Amino acid sequence: MADPIINLQDINVTFKQGKKVVRAVQDVSLAIQPGDIYGIVGYSGAGKSTLVRTINLLQKPTDGTVTVAGDTFFSDHRQQISNKELQSKRRKIGMIFQHFNLLNETSVIENVLFALKHSDLDDDAQEKKVLELLDLVGLKDKAEFYPVQLSGGEQQRVSIARALANDPQILISDEATSALDPQNTNQILDLLKRLNQKIGLTVVLITHEMDAVKRVANKIAVMEHGKIIEKGALQDVFLRPKEELTRQFVGGSLAAIDTLKAFNLDHLNDNEELFQLVYNGNNVTQSIIVELYKRLNVEASILYGNVEVLSDQPVGTLFIVVKGDKGQRDQAVDFLKQSNVTVTKIDDRRIWNE
Amino acid sequence: MSNFLPNVIQLGWGGDNGWGTSIIQTIYMTFWPAIFGGILGLLFGVALVVTEPGGILENRFWFNVCDKIVSIFRAIPFIILLAFIAPFTQLLVGTQIGTTAALVPLTIGVFGFYARQVQVALESVDHGKIEAAEAIGATNWDIIKDVYLREARSELTRVSTVTLISLVGLTAMAGAIGAGGLGNTAISYGYNRFNNDVTLVATLLVLLFVLIIQVVGDFIAKKLDHQTR
Repeated sequence: MADPIINLQDINVTFKQGKKVVRAVQDVSLAIQPGDIYGIVGYSGAGKSTLVRTINLLQKPTDGTVTVAGDTFFSDHRQQISNKELQSKRRKIGMIFQHFNLLNETSVIENVLFALKHSDLDDDAQEKKVLELLDLVGLKDKAEFYPVQLSGGEQQRVSIARALANDPQILISDEATSALDPQNTNQILDLLKRLNQKIGLTVVLITHEMDAVKRVANKIAVMEHGKIIEKGALQDVFLRPKEELTRQFVGGSLAAIDTLKAFNLDHLNDNEELFQLVYNGNNVTQSIIVELYKRLNVEASILYGNVEVLSDQPVGTLFIVVKGDKGQRDQAVDFLKQSNVTVTKIDDRRIWNE
Repeated sequence: MSNFLPNVIQLGWGGDNGWGTSIIQTIYMTFWPAIFGGILGLLFGVALVVTEPGGILENRFWFNVCDKIVSIFRAIPFIILLAFIAPFTQLLVGTQIGTTAALVPLTIGVFGFYARQVQVALESVDHGKIEAAEAIGATNWDIIKDVYLREARSELTRVSTVTLISLVGLTAMAGAIGAGGLGNTAISYGYNRFNNDVTLVATLLVLLFVLIIQVVGDFIAKKLDHQTR
């Protein structure tokens, strides 16, 4: 595995509010690989924004080590690079915000030019670059507009152009789609995804909307009370959430649990077993259940079914009860595994009884 | 005309007590303190905002120093300030009386007021904009110039207008140290001599002066504002 482009180790952020001490981030370690779109989800107040602000030291950690692209920004309780160096490193870490934070008294083109203030390019090259960026975000014809004349989605696209002005390797998105309507949200997310694929931009996506993460992320971390309670590849966390909060966020699985609760599963017969089947895009169209019956003469009844799209991949989840003798049931499981279906036997009632 | 406003006509246009002289004196006493007090006030206003807790150059010591200086000069009634700083005025401009001597207390009197106004105007700039500028690697000077001052320019124009109008008010009191001006005309040649016509005309002229400042200030502020549709 390549070296992480962002490496946060044992990060703690503590605020003093009068006599009260608030531990906004507690012992968080997070390694983000180049090219990741890393979703960080959690309710507001979970410490997501505080955590990602330690990446570019907008928030200095109380404790911990921050390493970005091989440079140690912070360790041993202090900043390891000069302010001037930090300023130039920050230009390689783009950031976009929930409320866009554009300069309202300057036009769109000047907003993006502001980010190039300390670049080596001459004036003509700067302007050319800004126009290219505005073209990329689809706003070339609005270069002379003032931010207030643009819609929320357009303003966010200007701020993306601004964040990309210095060719950053990393883009931090702090609830960037939370103030936008669904259509604009998807446009912005798709733009981030396109940038990720086209130029290998590493994206850190903070959000409380699971749909945003499902749409674009490949990895996910779930935060609660300043701690990361669960993290990993999107599909793993999504399909097999371990923590209650994660289940709430992933929603789909929560619906499954609710559905299963509604059945009274305490009296499965001796020849019945409950399985969770998870299958990906390649075999999502196959009628597995019909095949089971045809080939093995095994009856399977569907208790719950759902198909989700996780970073462009359709992923299906089925909860089925398989009926048959032990040999038939084992054969059925083998067949399913051969068809690249992840099979999990659910005999732990805890999942819906708690 | 001489029947309605006999004493007004009698004062004449030129000369030591003439209307023209008073108008020039009022403009003179408004202009220079506006420049000097304006610069000082802007410096202190910016210093207060950048050094305050959570500011880009947070510094408790310098914040307290600036804050106390501004508070002290804001707290002293202007008429007392005139007398209180007379020795300093003598040191600076070589005299304690007259129009030029009035520039020193007027500058000091207006600076504290303006510094607070600037502070409030700059604090109206959303902290998110500052953070966004820091995130793209802007220097502190960039943030002061291109974010604080530029984003607040319309608000700064508005508070400057208010300050200028209050400065016109202060010039009326400068008559107490023989500085002349329309305020002095209204009191010394109008009120004290029971020449109500002089008081009336001097008051109307001050009102006109204030009105012009207000209209021009509002116009510029509106012109500079791109934040509201």
